[in-house]
Amino acid sequence: MDYLNYLRKDKMPHIWCDGCGHGIVLKSILRTVDKLGWDKNEIALISGIGCSSRTPGYVDFNTLHTTHGRALSFATGIKISKPKMHTIVVSGDGDATAIGGNHFIHAARRNMDINLIIFNNNIYGMTGGQCSPTTPTGKFASTSQFGNPDSPFDISRLAEAAGASFVARSTAYHFAKTDKYIEMAFRKKGFCVVEVLSPCPTAYGRRNKSTGKVGHEMLKDQKENSVPIERARKMKPEELKDKYITGVFIDRDVPDYFEHYNEVKKRAKLK
Amino acid sequence: MSQPNPKIKMMQGNVACAEGAIAAGCRFFAGYPITPSSEIAETMSLKLPALDGNFIQMEDEIGAMGAVIGSSLVGVKSLTATSGPGFSLKQENIGFAAIAEIPVVIINVQRGGPSTGLPTKPAQGDVMQSRWGTHGDHPAIVLCPSSVEECYFMTIRAFNLSEEYRTPVIVLSDEIIGHLTEKITIPHHSDIDIINRLKPQSDPENYLPYENTETYIPAMANFGEGYRYHVTGLVHDETGFPTNDSKKIEEQLTRLYNKIEKNHDKIIDVSEYFCDDMDTLIIAYGAVARSAKQSMLKARQEGHKVGLLKLNTIWPFPEKQIVKLCQNIKRIIVPEMNFGQLAHEIEWATRRAIPIIKYNKINGEPITPLDIYNILINRK
Repeated sequence: MDYLNYLRKDKMPHIWCDGCGHGIVLKSILRTVDKLGWDKNEIALISGIGCSSRTPGYVDFNTLHTTHGRALSFATGIKISKPKMHTIVVSGDGDATAIGGNHFIHAARRNMDINLIIFNNNIYGMTGGQCSPTTPTGKFASTSQFGNPDSPFDISRLAEAAGASFVARSTAYHFAKTDKYIEMAFRKKGFCVVEVLSPCPTAYGRRNKSTGKVGHEMLKDQKENSVPIERARKMKPEELKDKYITGVFIDRDVPDYFEHYNEVKKRAKLK
Repeated sequence: MSQPNPKIKMMQGNVACAEGAIAAGCRFFAGYPITPSSEIAETMSLKLPALDGNFIQMEDEIGAMGAVIGSSLVGVKSLTATSGPGFSLKQENIGFAAIAEIPVVIINVQRGGPSTGLPTKPAQGDVMQSRWGTHGDHPAIVLCPSSVEECYFMTIRAFNLSEEYRTPVIVLSDEIIGHLTEKITIPHHSDIDIINRLKPQSDPENYLPYENTETYIPAMANFGEGYRYHVTGLVHDETGFPTNDSKKIEEQLTRLYNKIEKNHDKIIDVSEYFCDDMDTLIIAYGAVARSAKQSMLKARQEGHKVGLLKLNTIWPFPEKQIVKLCQNIKRIIVPEMNFGQLAHEIEWATRRAIPIIKYNKINGEPITPLDIYNILINRK
C-alpha cells in the first residue's frame, strides 16, 4: 500500500521526536483502513490535546482536533448524528484517562460505536514530561523528580470493567499484533479500545533509564518484557512486575448504544 | 394530522425553548441534569426520538457541549441547555465552537450564583459570563427572552443566527421565565423563517473552510460530504490548519471579530415602548422587563412620562439604540437581578451624561412592578 494516499504530505515533517512510537501506531491505523477499503470521506478521525492528538492533522480524513480530554464527547455527537461515519478517536494516556477519564468510562459504559486508539507513552510529552495516570509508581517525570508517588491506571482493564465491547493492548514493537487488534476493533460494533504502548525517549526514557534511553532501546524493552495475556493469567503478581501484559482483554458480543436507542425510537413512534 | 393554524396553547418557558428548537430544525440534544433548566432536556428526550432525532444525557456538562459541536459538524442542528454551574463548565467548548465556527445553541436558564448558589431562585448574574465566559477574544451573540412566546421565537432565532454567522449563540433565560406558564400562539411551521448554514460552491480541492470572504462568514461543509478538511481549536489559517504566522493570525482573529461587529444592525434587537415622549427611560431585559412594563404602564396612567427599552439581545451590546433614546431624557432606570452588570455598559454607552439609577436585587426574589414603580415615583 502507499501511505501517501492517506497522508497530507504538505503537513510533513510531523512534530514527533526521534524514537517516538506514535508514527508506528499511525501506520498500523492506515494499513487497517487500507485493508478494509474504507472511503476516506466516511472516516472521522478525532483527537484531544497532546502529542498523539496531533495525528489528525497529518491524515486525509475528516479530521477534528478538539479540546483536552474531550475528543470522545465530540465523537459521540458525530457518531450519533451520522452513524455511517467510521469514527476513530486517537488519544494519549493523559488525554484519555486523566482530564478525559470521565468521557472514557462513559463512552465504554454506553458501548458507543467508536474506535479508540490510545497511544500510551506513560508521560505528558508535549508539555515537557510531567507524570501521567499511567506513569508507574516510583518512576521519574518533571513533576515527580523524587519518584512518582501515585499508582498507575491499567487502561485496558479499566475499559473492560467500564463495558467496552473489545479491548486489546499491544506495543509499538509488536506492530503486526497492533494491526490485528485494530482490525478486530474496526470490524466490531460498540466501544472498542486498542491501547498501544508507545516509547517516549525524550520525556520518559531519558529520565527512566531502566526502560532504555533511546527509541530502539525502549522498543527492545517492549520486546523483552511483554507477556501475552494468556501466559500472564498463569503467572504470579511478583513475576509480572515491570512486565507489559499484551493481547485481547475482552471481545464480547453485547448490544451497542444504537441497538438500544433504535428501540427507544420505535417505542416513541408507537406513542 | 392537520392542526388548526395557528395553535394557541398554555406552555412553560423551558418547554417553549425546546419546542422552538424543534421548530428551528434541531434534531440533536445533549445535556446534563440541572435545575432550573431540566425541563428543556426532558422535553427534548420526549420529542426527538419520534422525529428520528437523538437525545443523549451525557456524563457531564463539558461532554454535552462537546457532543453538540460534533453533531453540528456533521450537519445536524444541535442544542444544549444548562444553568449557572453547568454554564461555567461549558465555557471551554463554547470557545472551541467560537474559534472553529461551529453553529450551536446553548440555553442558560439563570439561577442565583456564584457557585452552586441558589438552584431554585432567579438571578441575572451571568450577563458578563455570557459575553466573556470563555477565554480569549471571541464573538458573542446573546438573546434574552422575557415571555414564554419569546422563549419559543428567540430559540428559533438563536438557531438562525448560529447558522447564518457560524457561531455559538446563547439564549440567556432565567428561572422566572423558564418556569413561567402562560399563553403562547404557535404559527404553522410554514410561517416560520429558517436559515441554514451557507454551503460551499467550490469543489473539495479548492475549499477553504475559513476563507476571508467579503461577508466575513466562510461557507461550511459538513463532515462526510466529500470535503475532507481539518478543524482545530488552535488558531488556524484559512485552510483550517494551525498557524503561527502573525499576519495570518491577525487576519483570522480580525475576521472572527468583524463577523459579528460589522453585522450589529442585523443582529441587535430591542423593543421600544412609549419612547417618543418620555423624560424617564427604563432599560430592562429578561423577567425584569415584564415588571418594568407593568410599572411603566401604571406610571403612564398617572401622567408620568416613562418609556421602556426592552433588550431582546444584550450582546452585541445595543449601544447605538440606547444612545439614540438619550437625547431628551432626565434619567435612566436600570433594574437588574444582579449588582448592575449591564448598567455598567449603559453608563459607558451614555458616557454618564444622564443620571442612571440602578435598582439591584440579588436575594433570590424577583423584581416586582411595585419595586420599579416606587423608584419611578419616589426617586428623582
